[in-house]
Amino acid sequence: MNKKDTLGYLNIDTSLYQTRITTQFENRKPYKPADPRIILSFIPGTVIDIFITAGQAVKKGDDLMILDAMKMKNKLKCNMDGIVKSIAVNKGDRVSKGTVLLELE
Amino acid sequence: MPLNKKIVDLNERRKKILLGGGEQAIEKQKAMGKRTARERIMALLDVNSFNEYDLFVEHDARDFDMDKKSLPSDGVIIGSGTIYGAPVAIFAQDFTVAGGSLGLMHSRKITKIMDHALKMRMPLIGINDSGGARIQEGVNSLAGYGEIFFRNTISSGVIPQISVILGPCAGGAVYSPALTDFVFVVDQISKMFITGPEVIKTVLGEEISMEDLGGARVHSEITGNAHFFAMSEEECFDQIKRLITFIPWNNGKKAMMFEPGEPKPEYNINKIVPEDPTLPYDVKDVIRAIVDNSDFFEIMELYAKNIVIGFGRMGGRTTGFVANQPLEMAGVLDVDSSDKAARFIRYCDAFNIPIITLVDLPGYLPGVDQEHAGVIRHGAKVLYAYSEATVPKLTVILRKAYGGGYIAMSSRHLRADFVFAWPSAEIAVMGPEGAANIIFRKEILSAADPDKMRKQKVEEYKAKFANPYVAASRGYVDAVIEPSETRRFLMHSIEVSENKDVPMPQKKHGLPPF
Repeated sequence: MNKKDTLGYLNIDTSLYQTRITTQFENRKPYKPADPRIILSFIPGTVIDIFITAGQAVKKGDDLMILDAMKMKNKLKCNMDGIVKSIAVNKGDRVSKGTVLLELE
Repeated sequence: MPLNKKIVDLNERRKKILLGGGEQAIEKQKAMGKRTARERIMALLDVNSFNEYDLFVEHDARDFDMDKKSLPSDGVIIGSGTIYGAPVAIFAQDFTVAGGSLGLMHSRKITKIMDHALKMRMPLIGINDSGGARIQEGVNSLAGYGEIFFRNTISSGVIPQISVILGPCAGGAVYSPALTDFVFVVDQISKMFITGPEVIKTVLGEEISMEDLGGARVHSEITGNAHFFAMSEEECFDQIKRLITFIPWNNGKKAMMFEPGEPKPEYNINKIVPEDPTLPYDVKDVIRAIVDNSDFFEIMELYAKNIVIGFGRMGGRTTGFVANQPLEMAGVLDVDSSDKAARFIRYCDAFNIPIITLVDLPGYLPGVDQEHAGVIRHGAKVLYAYSEATVPKLTVILRKAYGGGYIAMSSRHLRADFVFAWPSAEIAVMGPEGAANIIFRKEILSAADPDKMRKQKVEEYKAKFANPYVAASRGYVDAVIEPSETRRFLMHSIEVSENKDVPMPQKKHGLPPF
């Protein structure tokens, strides 16, 4: 067997198996539960309008911003009552999926 | 015009068209390291076996000045020929003619040869090298793609369908290969994607090269869209020819028989598998120790390496192999390996190829990413594929067969016809460490020396359950055999399964979890 030096160990049901480990498995990120106060872009696109300012009180259902993506103007609505802590993007910013758009508190 | 003049006229007409897009375009094609469409067909088929059809087909598009443009053969070559005497229908897109773009007549030529292949029940090979839809022909080119996809689907499981990606294959065009049985790609030449780097850059601002987005390596290692990876067109054609020797012409036939030959002595089946179930080895060596001439033709070699699939011959008959690979990720089942195995099992079943399953796995890969990626429904594909398969199903348990993995890997319970186990087999609900920790939890925790007690209990469990005899005592294993008896038992099993006939309940089709 060649590449013996690249063998690692994989734990299955508390047994350690000597084997090659894929880089995908090695690089996996620990799971973090989603925080409802942090609003992420759910799709890559461009922020074309922002209706709120930092410090403003918002209610569930309020319009926050418009994210233009895939030829659709997606209206982002507030998912909880709270105060806008900070806005992480500006009008015209292009964002990828998962980018932090704003934070509530 | 006298006949001889008419023949001269015919040959002149042919000559003009055979040049495709002209010398300049051919030079450009060669500069990219690519052969012309016609050279590709000639390299693939038996010498002098190619009959070309629809040479004189032309488009009749009028918009955007298309009426002033002549596109020889409308950018695609179709015909039939043979590979090692086996009939094949073939089309090859000609990139030198309008970038191999697909217009209405181009698509009609392809669907004509597809209809022909289905009617004559012969394999279809499609060589893709096209810039995509011919924009000038608008919805007609979309209609063309749709007609091709429909035929790919209707022909699926009736005739073998092979796609060869020798250039760009982008946008809607990728779905024809995706619907076919085997996709061949060549390093630096094949490019497949739904949306290309430019669109991605415009819309998302992400920059990526064509090669990194949808090159041959990406589709062979990451996406699983491609089944065979080659470094050159020549190597690719050799792979296709080899594949043709392993598969039948259609679903009503069996694959060609070959002269049987013994495995090579360098693959000593007694010495490949280490006794300790946590130590790795290359399961391909076990396959090579079993098959005729140690000749194993692996499929999807670079993708989900924790399971090995491919063809070999047993006593001259084509056989499909599915084997856990302890060398890679301990041979676990996960999302990708389940998908890979399930599709192959269904291929074998559709084309009358017996399946030999070699089992050595600790179970399923744990992890949030696996669960969230749907390992439940992907893992279920393996159960579905084995259960519905009616071709002869032979299983050899080499070492570990734990828990759900034991059930999934062609167990008796999914109607394996023959289940053999080596004396090293451990057929149990889970590994000894995990099982002892649960069963003897109280004893271990309350012991003065828990570690010592744990070790003792693990040994107890191993002695009692980590063997093939509990399963054999229930008839779940038909025979416990020496490794050196494996080939003989399998060859005999395949022989006696020659006329296997299993009636299944009437239905339109099942609902596999995809």
